[in-house]
Amino acid sequence: MNSTPHQQRRIPAGRWRRDALFIAVCVVAVVGFAGSLLPELPTRHPLAELSPSRGEHPKASVIETAAAVDSAINDAALNNTSDVVASVPPADRLTVARRLWLALMGTIPSLEEIRQLEASTTNAITGDPPDAAEIDRMLDHVFADPRHADYLAERLARAYVGVEDGPFLLYRRRRFTAWLSDQLLENRPYDAVVREMLTARGLWTDQPAANFITVAFVDDNEDDRLDEALLTSRLSRALLGVRLDCAECHDHPFADWKQRDFQGLAAFFAGTSPSLGGIRDDDTAYEVADRQTGESFTVEPCVPFAASALPAAGSNRERLAGWLTSDENPAFARATVNRVWALLLGRPLVEPVDDVPVGAAAPQALDRLATAFATSGYDLRALIRTIAHTEAFGRASRSSDVEVSDATTGADSGWLAFPLTRLRPEQVVGALLQSAKMQTIDRESHVLVKLVRWIQQREFIERYGDAGAAELEPRTGTIPQRLVMMNGTLVTEKSGDNPLGTVARVALLAPDDAAAIETTYLAVLTRRPTQPEREHFEQRLAETELSRLHVLEDLYWSLVNSTEFSWNH
Amino acid sequence: MTAIERHIGREEHLRLHRRAMLRCGAVATGGWLTGLSQRLARAAESGDPGAPPRSLIVLWLQGGPSQLETFDPHPGTMIAGGTEAIATAASGVKIAADYPRLAEQMASVALVRSMQSAEGDHERGTYLAKTGYRPDPVTRHPTLGAIVCHELPRLATDIPRHVSILPGNWPDWGGYLGDSYNAFKMPDPRYDVPDVRSSVSRPRLEKRLDDLAVVERAFAAGRGRQVDGTHHRETIERARRMMASEQLAAFQIDDEPAELRERYGDTPFGRGCLAARRLTEVGVRCVEVTLGGWDTHVDNHSSHTALAGTLDAALSALISDLAERDRLDHTLVLCAGEFGRTPTINRLGGRDHWPHGFTVALAGCGIRGGTVVGATDPEGGRKVEDAQTFPALGATLLTALGIDPSVELISPAGRPIKLADAEPIGKLLG
Repeated sequence: MNSTPHQQRRIPAGRWRRDALFIAVCVVAVVGFAGSLLPELPTRHPLAELSPSRGEHPKASVIETAAAVDSAINDAALNNTSDVVASVPPADRLTVARRLWLALMGTIPSLEEIRQLEASTTNAITGDPPDAAEIDRMLDHVFADPRHADYLAERLARAYVGVEDGPFLLYRRRRFTAWLSDQLLENRPYDAVVREMLTARGLWTDQPAANFITVAFVDDNEDDRLDEALLTSRLSRALLGVRLDCAECHDHPFADWKQRDFQGLAAFFAGTSPSLGGIRDDDTAYEVADRQTGESFTVEPCVPFAASALPAAGSNRERLAGWLTSDENPAFARATVNRVWALLLGRPLVEPVDDVPVGAAAPQALDRLATAFATSGYDLRALIRTIAHTEAFGRASRSSDVEVSDATTGADSGWLAFPLTRLRPEQVVGALLQSAKMQTIDRESHVLVKLVRWIQQREFIERYGDAGAAELEPRTGTIPQRLVMMNGTLVTEKSGDNPLGTVARVALLAPDDAAAIETTYLAVLTRRPTQPEREHFEQRLAETELSRLHVLEDLYWSLVNSTEFSWNH
Repeated sequence: MTAIERHIGREEHLRLHRRAMLRCGAVATGGWLTGLSQRLARAAESGDPGAPPRSLIVLWLQGGPSQLETFDPHPGTMIAGGTEAIATAASGVKIAADYPRLAEQMASVALVRSMQSAEGDHERGTYLAKTGYRPDPVTRHPTLGAIVCHELPRLATDIPRHVSILPGNWPDWGGYLGDSYNAFKMPDPRYDVPDVRSSVSRPRLEKRLDDLAVVERAFAAGRGRQVDGTHHRETIERARRMMASEQLAAFQIDDEPAELRERYGDTPFGRGCLAARRLTEVGVRCVEVTLGGWDTHVDNHSSHTALAGTLDAALSALISDLAERDRLDHTLVLCAGEFGRTPTINRLGGRDHWPHGFTVALAGCGIRGGTVVGATDPEGGRKVEDAQTFPALGATLLTALGIDPSVELISPAGRPIKLADAEPIGKLLG
């Protein structure tokens, strides 16, 4: 075919993307093949010591802030109700470990980790709550584990860029999450991470942070442009904790936001557009059409609050990033604190997670945490540590004295008991896969173990369902989910006669029935059986006509199908 | 109603819901919506208590089928690229020559040939086509099938009311209505229904459930009503009811005569369409059956001819089978993809994405068969006659099913959202 320059120009815009894709595929194939030949470098950290890493010792300030947060919570609760008696005891060590693992790594502690944890604690008494030093050792272990950075990066990415595949070729979600994970592993100050996302230039493949912008590119009549409204909406919810987008079409009916607030924020992105060389910025003005009259008018970039924090110098996106992460703008720290609290406790301090008051009306506990977070230089790990050290986080979710109900577990009740929340799909499958293996499955696992884990995880979530971008909102359990847990191939495989799995190994190696039961409980529910449970299953094992493996398969099945397994508690 | 009145009405409605929302504070997302809309739906259906329940079957053509090689041929023009047309049972209506069997059924089928979509990307286009709304970071809208399940009363079914057979990349979802409105995903009906058969014998399963009760008791101690609030036990109970349900037989198309199976075609899609008909007969409200492969950037014509063999058999058999069983009057069939394909043929003999004028087909449930709405430009221009959109299509489908599309629900973000934000296409409704 002869293609003259004239014909070339008539190729529909967007064609270059397909051509570029073809070249990219070839390059990836060659590089990928070469890469696969390299031996995997063994870098397994010995986890046995659970030793503090990189000198990240808790400062007195962490404990102090945690105490201040608790007293703010208690004060607020006392104002709300007259007769709150905080008599829910602290949760035991293994329960706290399970919470931390699920919240920060999306799985439960392996049997290997449980043994290490208990061995590292001198005079450990089963059922005791962990002391401050122990919580810190657990967190040191979690923070040093790359699974944590990967997991937290995915949670944050869902708020930043959602879960969709996004615009073809202009957007690489995995690049973005990998970059985010690297930032978290380094514990780079969170404000710097966010500034980089907001101001990134260049190619989305070369500058992974730029994908925060390019995910909002849309194909408008075969012409790519930035959807400022989409970006503004994400930004206001994820980074400011305000639902400014409710004012996109008209003034907000029951909040203070005006349509102009939304448009003013969107105007910061007016000059940003895609080009072959990456993201391009110019000084295009933001034009919007009036919804009633259709008349179009120009909107100048402006911020909805804390206007004095807006820098005068710099490009529009730089000014926006400067304002957003300024210490004078409390919304950024509050939004982050509320989200991290929700990740750790299952429910945010202020519900819903992305609708936090901007003025003075914020709960004191939120304010204390936000101030400490800003003062720490936006240190996410210090924030996580602080929350983990609060009494609210450490309380049990049950009590023999207090009637524990929904009303006793939320913000209004002063977090009297730890809330019972449904685990998200990725936590369920993470827990399921880990429970079936005695060793920890992590980044240092054999490449085949990781591959199998990845495939099984994908297949499971395919049937179980993914929680999507709004994953921190409460959800209902579904029948298909139950069917997958009761009859699905993954559970059947994991509970079956798999020689490398927990069930078969316990059946083979446990010295006696009591040890077999206890080990299975620890591997699946991260706790020891109660007396009635132990007696029940010992009796089952005593039924002579059945093999030990048979009964242990049944035990495993019952444990993974329990409420306890699928809920955070 | 004047503009001002409508505005006030809307505010009032909003406030009512706002109060309801506050009252229900911590209740799981979406759950509280159900009461009101179910009452409304019952009111809508109570018009004729003896009438059989209505249901929706969506044949989802994933990838964007070419209007020119399916329902809107322009034979003899530059843009046809050689595609011929044939006359049909509907006078004056011609469709592509690859669809001889469908041609016989066209007196029951209506075509909207002037569909326009605001989205030219598969993911975003699918969202708009299935929900009637453009993708939105704030609100995940439910698909039409989920809305139908939500709005029409629940029938006595132990199996899911919303099913997606051969799910594509984005099978039907419940969005803000909640996960329980997601479609239950099913493979080719030749295979077993996934996850409904226990891997152990019945007595052993009973033993396991006894064991589970012991574990549940230990967990409930000191947690009181909170554990009841998880509804875990009920969900297990309902899952077990489904496992034991005779309605599962609806998935077994081998029970149908060989001649009929032949008519639908010996393809996964054909079997899916036959299973869809059987499912609606036991009370399933919405079945989606996906046929992929329409994204023909390369070699458009031969790929479309291959797919036509599958679609022609399945769609024509579904319509005639429903008609023979007197079920076409209350079963709505929609056949659509996310957009059409370019009138111009590219260098590789393919057609690219074209959201500016394409066709969807509808039949049953009072839709006027043989009708054609709109027309595209025989020269391939972007102008269409009587342009129609997915919101209007959604409103038409809901109206045909007896659901008022202007009903507003309040999304979890507090926004009032109409079931479908457009007027129905009047020409299609009887």
